[in-house]
Amino acid sequence: MTARNIEALPISVSHVTKTYGKVHALNDVSLEVKSGEFLTLLGPSGSGKTTLLMVLAGFTRPDSGSLKFGDREVIRLAPHLRDVGMTFQNYALFPHMTVAGNVSYPLKLRKVPKAEIAERVENALETVQLVGYGDRRITQLSGGQRQRVALARSIVFEPRILLMDEPLSALDKKLRDQMQIELRHLHEKLGMTTVYVTHDQREALTMSDRIAVVNHGRIMQLAAPRDLYEQPANRFVADFIGDSTFLPVHRQGKGVAFGDMPLKIAGSVPDAKDLQLMIRPERITLARDNNGESSNRFSAVAREVVYQGDSYLLQSELADGTLITMRGAVRGANLSVMPSVGDQVMLNLEPDDAVVIDGSED
Amino acid sequence: MAASLANETNAAGLRHDERVEKLKLFGLSAPALLIVFVVLVIPVGWLFYLSFLGADGTFSLENYTRMIDRKSYRRIFEMTFEVSVLTTALTILIGYPMAYFLAQLPNRLASVFMIAVLLPFWTSLLVRTYAWLVLLQKQGLINQWAIALGFWDEPIKMVHDLNGTLIGMVHIMLPFLILPTYGAMKSIDRDLMKAASNLGASPKHAFWTVFFPLTIPGLFAGALMVFILCLGFYVTPAVLGGGKVIMVSMKIVSNIEMFVNWGAASALGVVLLIMTMIILWIASKFLNLDRIAGGGH
Ligand SMILES: Nc1ncnc2c1ncn2[C@@H]1O[C@H](COP(=O)(O)OP(=O)(O)OP(=O)(O)O)[C@@H](O)[C@H]1O
Ligand SMILES: [Mg+2]
Repeated sequence: MTARNIEALPISVSHVTKTYGKVHALNDVSLEVKSGEFLTLLGPSGSGKTTLLMVLAGFTRPDSGSLKFGDREVIRLAPHLRDVGMTFQNYALFPHMTVAGNVSYPLKLRKVPKAEIAERVENALETVQLVGYGDRRITQLSGGQRQRVALARSIVFEPRILLMDEPLSALDKKLRDQMQIELRHLHEKLGMTTVYVTHDQREALTMSDRIAVVNHGRIMQLAAPRDLYEQPANRFVADFIGDSTFLPVHRQGKGVAFGDMPLKIAGSVPDAKDLQLMIRPERITLARDNNGESSNRFSAVAREVVYQGDSYLLQSELADGTLITMRGAVRGANLSVMPSVGDQVMLNLEPDDAVVIDGSED
Repeated sequence: MAASLANETNAAGLRHDERVEKLKLFGLSAPALLIVFVVLVIPVGWLFYLSFLGADGTFSLENYTRMIDRKSYRRIFEMTFEVSVLTTALTILIGYPMAYFLAQLPNRLASVFMIAVLLPFWTSLLVRTYAWLVLLQKQGLINQWAIALGFWDEPIKMVHDLNGTLIGMVHIMLPFLILPTYGAMKSIDRDLMKAASNLGASPKHAFWTVFFPLTIPGLFAGALMVFILCLGFYVTPAVLGGGKVIMVSMKIVSNIEMFVNWGAASALGVVLLIMTMIILWIASKFLNLDRIAGGGH
């Protein structure tokens, strides 16, 4: 209602390195987060996401590197002076305080007048849809409600930067989907620069302006969700996002070929030694006719068919033994007939959907 | 009709199983109940009975009226409380920082130090008390060394008085305070302190607004245990007090050994027991007594 638009700050991370013994938790990470942007760090477990977030919040001291909020160098600033909001993976709510006690904590520290504290706490609770919960004890809240209190507490003092470490990982799927949308709306409304950590690719694709894919303490690719999905920079990113099948391909003349079959591709071929054709399961289809002039055709045998309600998964085997996964739509019987195991099938891949990527892992 | 019949399926059998299970549980706990009865209820009842017997062996309230009439008895109760309160306070002042220190250590180091804290538990109370006598008395080790090193010239009196008693008692009581406090500290989520700091709290402020309040239940449980143990303490004040610190337990002993007055001794015991129960009752208003026994939170 009265939430003021927060004047956001850009974040600039350059050459930040952190090692634990032999582990490079962060390996020369550089990253620019634009003012007001929603940026997600996405990566497998142990890739360094939390470490990077902790460096931003000031809880982990890196070995070297520079960190700027706006124009200000903050790498050596104590955490309590950084003025960034943060939500922890397990919420970290103070169990000995009520909901209102938790949310007002940062305001009391900032010596905000009492009347204003009450008003701002009320507003923050309204923003996270918890009006009337102020007097509840933390132990009386459900997981989703705790998550909201943590969020309210991290935004009530209007930080210009908000950090979130897997805030939704403890929630069930339905609540998680709902909270994703709510967080996104909240970000649009308040507009603070947000760095969000998750290892859930769908969550990252749903919420982010840009996604940084992290692996082994390095940023593999930083791009908008769509570019990341359509044009992954390498095999790791392609593999991590979506359940694709990869076929080794090689250059043949100006184009590329899979075995001795030339491929029709719409996009460009990356300048790399090791090339692979990425086949997204929802982009490959069963051919409905025999004229495959304009597209790529693969003849295969159905090995596994799994009905999943809104769609079905088909795993079929090419002559050379490679398994290709396809997701088929379950619609009117004529449009799409589920094959049976053992059937001979013809797979169709349009040139637009045939993406050749750099096959190296990083 | 059919529906209600269906609902009754196996009901009788299930009720029977339930009864059998309860009987079995009772059977299993019966030996424990019996032991409690034999070693607790009967002796306390006997104590109670004795306390109402006068010197001539008939029913009388003289053992209780004596406590009210005679100044010396009042003085003993005051002394008992004074020693207990002081010991508890000192134990908190020394034990809390020690528990904090332990809680900050990496786990492996913490267990080494924890053994040091627990070591006194495995040594006889009497041995520890006399060890303090050896250390503290006028020709004791501390005086000898301090004079040799030039800290002071004359031997200082450190024992056979209240001070000596307190030193000995605090030492013995420390583990009782440190253990529950340490437990409370360890169970605090580390992220809470980070959260406080992230929200703008200086380390000092975060300690007082988040860490300390969360350790109060453990600290309180420890302090309560120390206080109650102090109320009934005997050996240490007897050895280190030099006759100047007379607590209820010592009066009980002298009543029996010197005056063979079981009635008077029993009455003191009953009063001590009732006081302890009142304190526990008040304390239970503030905290879950399970915690003292190390139960879940
Ligand atoms: N305090 C620490 N001491 C030693 N090693 C650490 C420490 N913190 C992190 N690491 C290591 O640094 C690497 C990165 O850890 P980090 O917690 O940043 O991963 P993450 O991407 O957040 O993983 P997850 O998705 O499981 O939370 C891991 O290999 C981890 O073992
Ligand atoms: Mg993590």
